[in-house]
Amino acid sequence: MERYPVPLVSRALLLPHENVDTDQITPARFLRGTSQDGLADALFHDWRKDPGFVLNQPGAREAQVLVAGDNFGCGSSREHAPWALVAWGFRAIVSTSFADIFRNNSLKNGLLPVVVPPETHRALFARVGAAPETELTIDLDALTLSAPGVAPVGFSVDPFARHCLLEGVDELGYLVGFDARITAFEAAQARTHGESV
Amino acid sequence: MTDGPRTLFDKVWDAHVVAHEPGSPAVLYVDLHLVHEVTSAPAFATLNARGLVVRRPERTAATMDHITPTSPDSALDDVARDTLSTLEKNCAEHGVRLFAMGDARRGIVHVIGPELGLSQPGMTIVCGDSHTSTHGAVGALAFGIGTSEVGHVLATQCLLQRRPEPMEIRVDGQLPAGVTAKDIILRVVAELGIGGGTGAVFEYRGAAIEALDMEGRMTLCNMSIEAGARAGMVAPDETTFAWLRGRDFAPSGAAWDRAVARWRELRTDDGATFARRLVIDAATLEPMITWGTNPGMGIGITEAIPNPDDAPDASTRAALQKALDYMHLEAGAPLLGQPVDVVFVGSCTNSRLSDLRAAAAVLDGRQVAPAVRMLVVPGSERIKAAAEAEGLHHIIVAAGAEWHEPGCSLCIAMNGDTVAAGKVAVSTSNRNFEGRQGPGSRTFLASPATAAACAVTGRVTDPRTLSR
Repeated sequence: MERYPVPLVSRALLLPHENVDTDQITPARFLRGTSQDGLADALFHDWRKDPGFVLNQPGAREAQVLVAGDNFGCGSSREHAPWALVAWGFRAIVSTSFADIFRNNSLKNGLLPVVVPPETHRALFARVGAAPETELTIDLDALTLSAPGVAPVGFSVDPFARHCLLEGVDELGYLVGFDARITAFEAAQARTHGESV
Repeated sequence: MTDGPRTLFDKVWDAHVVAHEPGSPAVLYVDLHLVHEVTSAPAFATLNARGLVVRRPERTAATMDHITPTSPDSALDDVARDTLSTLEKNCAEHGVRLFAMGDARRGIVHVIGPELGLSQPGMTIVCGDSHTSTHGAVGALAFGIGTSEVGHVLATQCLLQRRPEPMEIRVDGQLPAGVTAKDIILRVVAELGIGGGTGAVFEYRGAAIEALDMEGRMTLCNMSIEAGARAGMVAPDETTFAWLRGRDFAPSGAAWDRAVARWRELRTDDGATFARRLVIDAATLEPMITWGTNPGMGIGITEAIPNPDDAPDASTRAALQKALDYMHLEAGAPLLGQPVDVVFVGSCTNSRLSDLRAAAAVLDGRQVAPAVRMLVVPGSERIKAAAEAEGLHHIIVAAGAEWHEPGCSLCIAMNGDTVAAGKVAVSTSNRNFEGRQGPGSRTFLASPATAAACAVTGRVTDPRTLSR
């Protein structure tokens, strides 16, 4: 995995809906098959039928940040949701909260979920709504988000996930390093359960 | 490790922490890893690319359910055939047990786990599927994961996890007649909203929960994720032990006695604290149904559709109006009497024998309304066989409904079973998101009894009004 850009500076798209579920992000019929090819086309596929939908705006493909409503990514555990967002070009989603599984899946794919307070969220909607060319600056190293006309704000990311993003490493290597302790755990569990090892 | 009195969740969590380095998530051991065809292929590919093997193939089990045909109308196409053969190849190469097409034990992953006795009290159970919460009904800590994490578990039998917080969902008293586990969970999700349980693991407690049979507890735990909770749990009791005993992969002989002794410890201690609590009086419950486009948009079936003007804030008002527009419903109107085009009884929420019996009891001696297509899709080959052994399929077919092969079917509409654009389905599944059952489809979620009542009248109907 490549290192996460520091800082990420990009225009943002606005998705003013709460509780956007992963069935909207990637409808289930695009989960058939075993590869990730074509997922950019699947992204918000059914909502894109509306010509006024935000992804249909001119220049939408250049935006790397999506500012979305509360509880983004709820529902199905499909990792196709962050895969499709990344395939489109997004590197950060800004919201007031995220569903647990989506947040975990995003962090493993170089897609940063940024939780901001409601007042910042409102300010971003107002500013970007009035001036779509506004660039957001998201600094994963300093853990800050700023934009012209919006008071800078800090955000938090799980320290381990942040380390993995900044260094461009994934969790699997870290877990494999626990092999001896996993083996010891398995032996202890077998004894507790009265099984032969 | 938690000091002092502990909750059921604390006990299971604490017993599975392999390591917990400062600043990092816990390394959590997984006792049972369930796999299906849609979310596993890239994980196996990662293993192969890195020269890793499945660490504990005997703690891993795979099935085919999401894209499998349930009738001649939903025959496999090339993409589906390739997906299934990829799973077969991956399981064969890595020595993973697979319940493939034609296996008499195949079924929906969250149905066969408990049914085969793979899912046991006190276990940690994961699967690349959010409805893994179902298995919490046996007193396991069970939750859905993404495909990257499927790879982690295949390779190391472990996951990196932040500790969630336990939340008590207590249902006191006795359920009124005609009210089921599905109605309890739809009420819970309606009260909490679909993000209300984020970061929590639910423990369902109270007299109404203890009185539920195992299949009802599975329905309940299944939809914990619809309130945002990763997992839901019910403490194992005599109901659990009686249900598990003798199942294919349950312990037997002396090992059974040792296991039950261990499982009896899996109860929340007196004085243990929950981070949050929701209390419901069972006497206030009625059959529930959703009207909107997320599972939190549920009402008692005799209630009116909510009015956005009554919403507390602008964003909620906008969300309600968007749902009303999609569903073509009018604020303040009753949902009772709304016309219905399709009725689906099935899914990991409500496809077990008791669910099929509840639907058949309504259909017995009645006819599905002429304009309605009704599909009944058992959750597993075993359930299908058991239902046929007691003649339920005869009742279902005689009523004019379709009797299908087991699979996820219309819950996720990936296998060719779909609801057409603009059509309205009453579904016993778990999600009513826009287009979930097919592009442009509209879904009302309800119990099997309510769904069957809607099928025979062709309209949204309170099942209690059909009682004989």
